[in-house]
Amino acid sequence: MRHLVFWVLFFSFIKTGTAHAGSVQVAVAANFAGALDLIGKDFEQETGHRLVMASGATGKFYAQIKSGAPFEVFLSADTATPRKLEEEGLVVPGSRFTYAIGRLVLWSSKPNYVDREGKILTGGNFDHLSMANPKTAPYGAAAMEILKKRGVDAALAPKLVQGENIAQAHQFVVSGNAQLGFVALSQVYKNGQLTSGSAWFIPDTEYQPIRQDVVMLRTAEGNPAATALLAYLKSPAALNVMASLGYRHE
Amino acid sequence: MDVPALLTSDDLVALALTAKLAITVTLILMVLGVPCAWWLARTRCRWKGGIEALIALPLFLPPSVLGFYLLLSMGPHGPIGHLTQWLGMGYLPFTFGGLVVTSIIYSLPFVVQPLQSTFKGINPRLIEAAATLGASPWDAFVTIVLPLSRSGLMTAAVLGFAHTVGEFGIVLMIGGNIPGQTRMASVQIYDHVEAMEYVHAHWLSGIMLLFSFLVLLALYTLNADRRDLWGRS
Repeated sequence: MRHLVFWVLFFSFIKTGTAHAGSVQVAVAANFAGALDLIGKDFEQETGHRLVMASGATGKFYAQIKSGAPFEVFLSADTATPRKLEEEGLVVPGSRFTYAIGRLVLWSSKPNYVDREGKILTGGNFDHLSMANPKTAPYGAAAMEILKKRGVDAALAPKLVQGENIAQAHQFVVSGNAQLGFVALSQVYKNGQLTSGSAWFIPDTEYQPIRQDVVMLRTAEGNPAATALLAYLKSPAALNVMASLGYRHE
Repeated sequence: MDVPALLTSDDLVALALTAKLAITVTLILMVLGVPCAWWLARTRCRWKGGIEALIALPLFLPPSVLGFYLLLSMGPHGPIGHLTQWLGMGYLPFTFGGLVVTSIIYSLPFVVQPLQSTFKGINPRLIEAAATLGASPWDAFVTIVLPLSRSGLMTAAVLGFAHTVGEFGIVLMIGGNIPGQTRMASVQIYDHVEAMEYVHAHWLSGIMLLFSFLVLLALYTLNADRRDLWGRS
């Protein structure tokens, strides 16, 4: 009985603890999930709002949002999908902006394997080169753009393995099954440096910038927590976290 | 019928590859599954429970999680990777052979379990009678057990086949999505959905559903005797 009283008090305390602040339901592209985890903690501390986050593939979120998923803010991996949702009237007008510019890196878990200019691509001295699916993932499309620009796309085609998203492309390299791969800089970069292995930091001029847009969805209308989150993404604190993980901003 | 316009050439390649994988895997599963299930149905070995549990284990892991651990263990740092390299086979991930091996692991319980319950249902006196009439165990198995197990064999083959066709997470993880080698129809559909090419996705899904329905229809129609899906009377 004493236990029961304790638990009732405990749960009522939790409930009242969050009652005065709002919560916001966020869908975030897989490549930015780690960053939003960090940013979200600061955001919760600073504003008292709660951030509930689901990470996944941008195309999947599009299908879910169209089918009435309860997401309120959508951090996409591209600009095309948020724009499409906007045209379809599912977005709060004027809420869309580029929150981050993703950067691509050619990475290997082995030290001193990838040279600083990416010449290894023309040497082709490896069995498997991993990348995200260029058809569905912006990071994959950027990787393909680089291969085409260097004129090695046809020669390397038999060695290409595609992950369904950038997380899987990364796993193929980490597990050693691919010797190297195009991954998001944010996956192998922390506090301004490479966490392990070797990499070619690809200059921004080599591929179209991977702009990532965020939108507030219609479901969030009148939710102050959603408005606060969008504003927070532009704050110096949030931009600092993004920069430390290798993202650029406008 | 203007199918090529509705399906891309990549779709057709993926469908053919899926059929090839499913047929290969089903044949191997039946060759492995029949003796395995027969032994499990008749043995009193104290390891029986452990082996049954091991075979059923893949059912408990989500396919992409199982795929992740197979990717690790088949890679250059993993024990299976060391073994295949030592045998001169290279590494299994990103190859058709690698998909065959993973599909066998993943679909084994779907073949062994219906076979085991079918074999258990066979009256052992029939086999004893055959033995007293001079039949070798092999003769008895081929002339008595297999014909009596016809519906169980069919169920096992269909479940193994269907399960391989519908496999997705593992194929994605181990295959690496290489056209003509490891890009199966299920992955192709997912790619269409992700790229918002819903029309292609609908057609390819429709064809897979129709195909699956026809296979099941054939099974239930051809299964003349009145046994349930698991081969029990």
